[in-house]
Amino acid sequence: MKRIPYYPGCSLQTKAKHFETSAMAVAEALDYELVTLPRWNCCGAVHSLTTDDLMHHVAPVTTLLRSKEFSAENHLDDSRLVVLCAMCLNVLKRTNKRVQELLEDRTKINDFMYLENSKYDGSTIVIHFLELLREIGWETLSQKVKHPLSNLAVSPYYGCLLLRPKEVGIDNPEAPTIQEDLLKSLDAKVIENPLKNRCCGSYHTLVDKDVVAELGYDILINAQKAGAEIITTSCPLCAFNLDQRQENILKKHPDFTKIPVVYFTELMMIAFDLPLEKAGLDMHYVDPRPLLLKKEMLHE
Amino acid sequence: MIKKILINDASEAFCKKVNELSGETVSRCDQCGTCTGSCPMIIEMDITPSQMMRLVLLGDESVMETKTIWICASCYSCTARCPRGLDASKVAEALRQIKLRQAIDYMHMEDMDPEELKKFPQMVLVAAYRKLTG
Repeated sequence: MKRIPYYPGCSLQTKAKHFETSAMAVAEALDYELVTLPRWNCCGAVHSLTTDDLMHHVAPVTTLLRSKEFSAENHLDDSRLVVLCAMCLNVLKRTNKRVQELLEDRTKINDFMYLENSKYDGSTIVIHFLELLREIGWETLSQKVKHPLSNLAVSPYYGCLLLRPKEVGIDNPEAPTIQEDLLKSLDAKVIENPLKNRCCGSYHTLVDKDVVAELGYDILINAQKAGAEIITTSCPLCAFNLDQRQENILKKHPDFTKIPVVYFTELMMIAFDLPLEKAGLDMHYVDPRPLLLKKEMLHE
Repeated sequence: MIKKILINDASEAFCKKVNELSGETVSRCDQCGTCTGSCPMIIEMDITPSQMMRLVLLGDESVMETKTIWICASCYSCTARCPRGLDASKVAEALRQIKLRQAIDYMHMEDMDPEELKKFPQMVLVAAYRKLTG
């Protein structure tokens, strides 16, 4: 079993707990242990974009440093840092890039962190769990499939921060295929959604849920028109906006039919025939289980 | 409508401040409108992202009173497509920051329904606080 450090971030052990538990189960099936950093803090969720604001980079840099120290002290097989949340990925990678490229900023940020045991040099490599899966290989993944998803029409949704800006994105920002490749390896019927990389409205869901419902409606209706029965995502915020906000979509568009939105790891668990207690299929606003039962992917 | 624009020291200083804060050079904007055409939030905006860029270049501080600067969710669609390599989301952030650093918040927690708040993943609260309050 290869051990690799893992950073959960604020939502992965609370509201998006099933994303973490399902990813860990899938990783284990692929002979990887995601080892949670013993000390971590919130990354700040959004990357600080102004040139003079270094203070907000301290939180992600602290996590990057802790990850570096942790993997060295414990002799982990892989010293890279795995994340599941798209926002964490974006913040950690962009901050890391800044620290690598701007020496003056690196010095200042390290000065803020004077209580840490060592200085951070920008050497932690941050990857998304999807990138790890791509590395393991789609062929290897398909060999693990015991329950092919061939009966299921799945439309992947990417959102923004896995892909943009392109210097930190994990795939082509305009035409990504990483989730499609993954779903194909599970033998799913992949449905193309032209709005798969359109913004879900992000944090505006807090202050203006109608705007987010309208954006979600466009995204979901496009997937449905193309024949999708279920949507996969890899970000707890996208998942909330596309799943929970269907309640608001229905108020504005009574003709809308609900569609389940799940994390890609949940479908992997079904395909790998892993015990589903950790999949969290019951943690969605739109319950995916009736569809999965109908498709004979779950047992009563 | 014809609007008279006066370029003076104050307007130049405003443009310079936004350039410095954002790290962008708004004078490089060609006004091609690709950002506007790419923006998923455009329907909610009162001025387009390209108009925002133009107003900054002209040093017109009325840009700070627009809904547009708050509605931009930094999705970087415009960033990915700008033929001039500009990042309008950084310009919007700079404009928000000028407001927020004067302790003028766009979001007020007391307006939120406590029951509704329990539903959100934590990242929503962190992101909204970071983007919409000072």
